Amino acid sequence: MSALQPGFDEPVLDAQASFRAVLEAMSRPGRIIQITAEAPGPAPLNTAAAAVLLTLADAETPVWSDAGPEVAEWLGFHAGCAFTRAIANARFVLATGEVPALSAFDAGTEEEPQSSATLIIQVESLVAGKGWRLRGPGIEAEHRLDVVGLPGDFVAQWQAQRARFPRGVDVLLCAGDQLAALPRSVTIEES
Amino acid sequence: MEAGYNFAYLDEATKRMIRRAILKAVAIPGHQIPFGAREMPLPYGWGTGGIQVTASIIGPEDTLKVIDQGADDTTNAISIRRFFARVADVATTERTAEATIIQTRHRIPEAPLREDQILVYQVPMPEPLFRLEPRIAETKRMHALADYGLMHTKLYEDIARLGRIGTAYNYPVMVNDRYLMSPSPIPAFDNPKMDRMPALQLFGAGREKRIYAVPPYTPVRSLDFEDHPFRAIRAPHACTLCGSAASYLDEVVTNDQGGRVYVCSDTDFCRAEQEKAA
Repeated sequence: MSALQPGFDEPVLDAQASFRAVLEAMSRPGRIIQITAEAPGPAPLNTAAAAVLLTLADAETPVWSDAGPEVAEWLGFHAGCAFTRAIANARFVLATGEVPALSAFDAGTEEEPQSSATLIIQVESLVAGKGWRLRGPGIEAEHRLDVVGLPGDFVAQWQAQRARFPRGVDVLLCAGDQLAALPRSVTIEES
Repeated sequence: MEAGYNFAYLDEATKRMIRRAILKAVAIPGHQIPFGAREMPLPYGWGTGGIQVTASIIGPEDTLKVIDQGADDTTNAISIRRFFARVADVATTERTAEATIIQTRHRIPEAPLREDQILVYQVPMPEPLFRLEPRIAETKRMHALADYGLMHTKLYEDIARLGRIGTAYNYPVMVNDRYLMSPSPIPAFDNPKMDRMPALQLFGAGREKRIYAVPPYTPVRSLDFEDHPFRAIRAPHACTLCGSAASYLDEVVTNDQGGRVYVCSDTDFCRAEQEKAA
């Protein structure tokens, strides 16, 4: 067994900086935000996903992960994460490989839509200025975002869940040390 | 920084809980998210909700401005500013343009806010329907169904009795055409500033334990009727100090012979206007 990788250098301030990055991403859907606080998590975890989980997950939020035992051990040690194998119980989902169907996760209820899962999906790349056309709260006119590494029917799945608003999952796309968010309120149009 | 306290006072587990609530609030604009509000070193009604939101987002790079009814120099504003200077060692300012986080009680600054600023509201009662329907289980269902007929009826009854909508502050708004939201007790004059504001707006209610949000550029519409459109009301005077005829005014009684003056409620705006004129 390899030695455990360290977490944030400055747990309090790094979590604050990472939270502001996530908040900025969530407030301005599709805008690409740089993560500045690095925590060298074990493979296949990328920098952005590692920072998001250390910032937001803890013993109160069951995590469903496909990233293997080393990542689970690392998150368990640094964030005190609880894990679940039941996909519908997860508050946070870490998807490093194949992305399960959006409808598999807890979408909350009409009265308590906030109880839905937040998906942290690792993708190959995020590029601004081309690709999807995003509209909705947080966007002045239109944001463009090109994502490589999502399932081919992702936009169709998104449109299906958009019809159920306010129910639905929120998505954080992580590529390297970059982050972009898709809150459930956003509409995606393929171009 | 004050020894013996975590950065920004709250412990990390509490911050994470509040941060998760804030993110869900941003994802569902106008929807109230329950959170485990902590006891803070000041009483309910003095901004415990706003302080907990500010404590969960603030970092060493931030510059904090706190206003109470538009003024930077009131007891509440000064003590909250001092609190964060002590427990988070952040820079504070009275100038709207210099602030990255503005915590406010009951006003929106006159100067337009920018994308790199966050406005944090202190909220006494987050539920816009509570005077019409006291049962939380019932108001939750009304929000779930977007069933806001009761509020329209209330506004209609105002018109039937008074000839106009009788709400001058805490004027209900629809956020992104989905959720009815209390804007907190800001004057109705400020409501149009919430509409498509470039800054993120966060709302914290400590006693009622609710957080909600309006993301940037989100449509915020004050409820009204086609034949009784919403009107932003201000006292029909100019500020005695700076002469502004556009800002929101406070009426100040000056003696017991009926003497009164009108001055800007936003002290920073008034100062800037006076400097411009000088």
